[in-house]
Amino acid sequence: MTDAIIRFDKVVKRFGDLTVLDELDFEVKKGEKVSIIGPSGSGKSTVLRILMTLEGIDGGVVYVDGEPLWHELREGALLPAGEGHLRRMRSKLGMVFQQFNLFPHMTVMRNITEAPVKVLGLSRKDAHLRAEELLDLVGLADQAKKFPHQLSGGQQQRVGIARALAMRPSILLFDEPTSALDPELVGEVLTVIGRLAEEHDLTMLLVTHEMRFAREISDRVCFFDRGQIREEGTPEELFTDPSEDRTREFLKAILD
Amino acid sequence: MLFGFEWDLTNPLNFAISILPILLVGMWVTIQATVLGFFVALVLGLVLAVLKSAQSRFVAWPAKLVTEFIRDTPLLVQLFFLYYVLPEYGIVLPAFMTGALALGIQYSAYTSEVYRAGIEAVGKDQREAARALNLSAANTFTHIVVPQAVPRIVPAMGNYLVSIMKDVPVLSVVTVLEMLNVAKIIGDRTFDYLVPLSLVGCLYLIMTLVASAGVRVLDTHLPKQGLPLK
Ligand SMILES: Nc1ncnc2c1ncn2[C@@H]1O[C@H](COP(=O)(O)OP(=O)(O)O)[C@@H](O)[C@H]1O
Ligand SMILES: [Mg+2]
Repeated sequence: MTDAIIRFDKVVKRFGDLTVLDELDFEVKKGEKVSIIGPSGSGKSTVLRILMTLEGIDGGVVYVDGEPLWHELREGALLPAGEGHLRRMRSKLGMVFQQFNLFPHMTVMRNITEAPVKVLGLSRKDAHLRAEELLDLVGLADQAKKFPHQLSGGQQQRVGIARALAMRPSILLFDEPTSALDPELVGEVLTVIGRLAEEHDLTMLLVTHEMRFAREISDRVCFFDRGQIREEGTPEELFTDPSEDRTREFLKAILD
Repeated sequence: MLFGFEWDLTNPLNFAISILPILLVGMWVTIQATVLGFFVALVLGLVLAVLKSAQSRFVAWPAKLVTEFIRDTPLLVQLFFLYYVLPEYGIVLPAFMTGALALGIQYSAYTSEVYRAGIEAVGKDQREAARALNLSAANTFTHIVVPQAVPRIVPAMGNYLVSIMKDVPVLSVVTVLEMLNVAKIIGDRTFDYLVPLSLVGCLYLIMTLVASAGVRVLDTHLPKQGLPLK
């Protein structure tokens, strides 16, 4: 309980009349690699977006690193957090988007160095050196001067990963990082994510439809269904012997 | 004689040549009014765009109302308002200033929409990426939104520059001696309207072509790598 780096405590999220998350309880331990699978519209992205502070919550408490993410403790009461608190909390997390969301008017190098310079206060030179290391890590050392539109989707997503890593997050969120890619480009991105999964300290939360990959890298797999975790367990348990019918149906449909 | 220049009525060509310098004086006034009006439109339009996109309804609503009011009333109404009403409250501006201001106010309603559309065209995905990277709102605006919005804004603003130029003759009703007014005075005095008005048409054509070309040059030199432009 206490070594949870992420904890959702009865979190409610609504969009108008639609309750997307209904008193969700969910925990991730420090360094854990967790995959989230489940049908479209089940609230997978919403969980990540709440963590990245892109989406607020309507009930419950989200804890990151033991501190409430969307609340501040003031005079013994949990009050809605101000931008200062959110900024501080946000620095612990990084996100890789389905559509990459690179800045189209900036070179690859600039995409990666912009936030470290502006937010972390790194010098251009230090940010540059760090970006070169990261580009090396994602296999794009020779693409620094290109613009996003000059790269393939797979390359763009690897830049997206490098950009997120440049902020040194302790939690990295992946929202279907390969869903927008042509099939032949999926492998190169998964290779990079797989390499990151070997890092002991990095906590990873991955929403994906790549079942084989999820099975390989995850410590735990959660099956989401209608805003609830219908079933969770080790990849072995969940993929080979799911106990819920819904899980079995979903896996059958997606593996066929 | 006007502005110290005499005209030569011996034949149309000589007439044209002799009044060209007079018309050029008027043209210079037209250009000044255009530039000043455009400048006011750019600044005021930006202010209106920012106000209209404000979170608070109490700020956004009045700004929207003002924009709508400006857009739905003729330029001449605003011009008369500034020219005849302001002095009643002790604000007396030269006719030229009043005119340029009226042009700027009228067009700020349009430019504010251009700004807004340009800013809105920068997708939510960009703002979310910036937020995920913890960039401040100010940094997001200046380094992510503005550089992507400007290339979208410039061509539309160029069109309004030309429109303002073509609206300058309206200022003649408050005695501004812009080019058309000058031509009309020459016509009144010589009973030959054909030559001065034809010249005004030609000079206008030259001005608008030059302005459009300038906007196009600016446009092609703006960095817009990878921006999905139509
Ligand atoms: N901004 C939004 N406004 C309204 N409805 C939304 C919004 N974002 C997501 N939803 C709805 O919430 C539900 C869960 O969405 P999401 O978390 O994106 O699901 P998933 O990622 O599992 O496909 C869906 O029904 C979706 O239509
Ligand atoms: Mg999703």
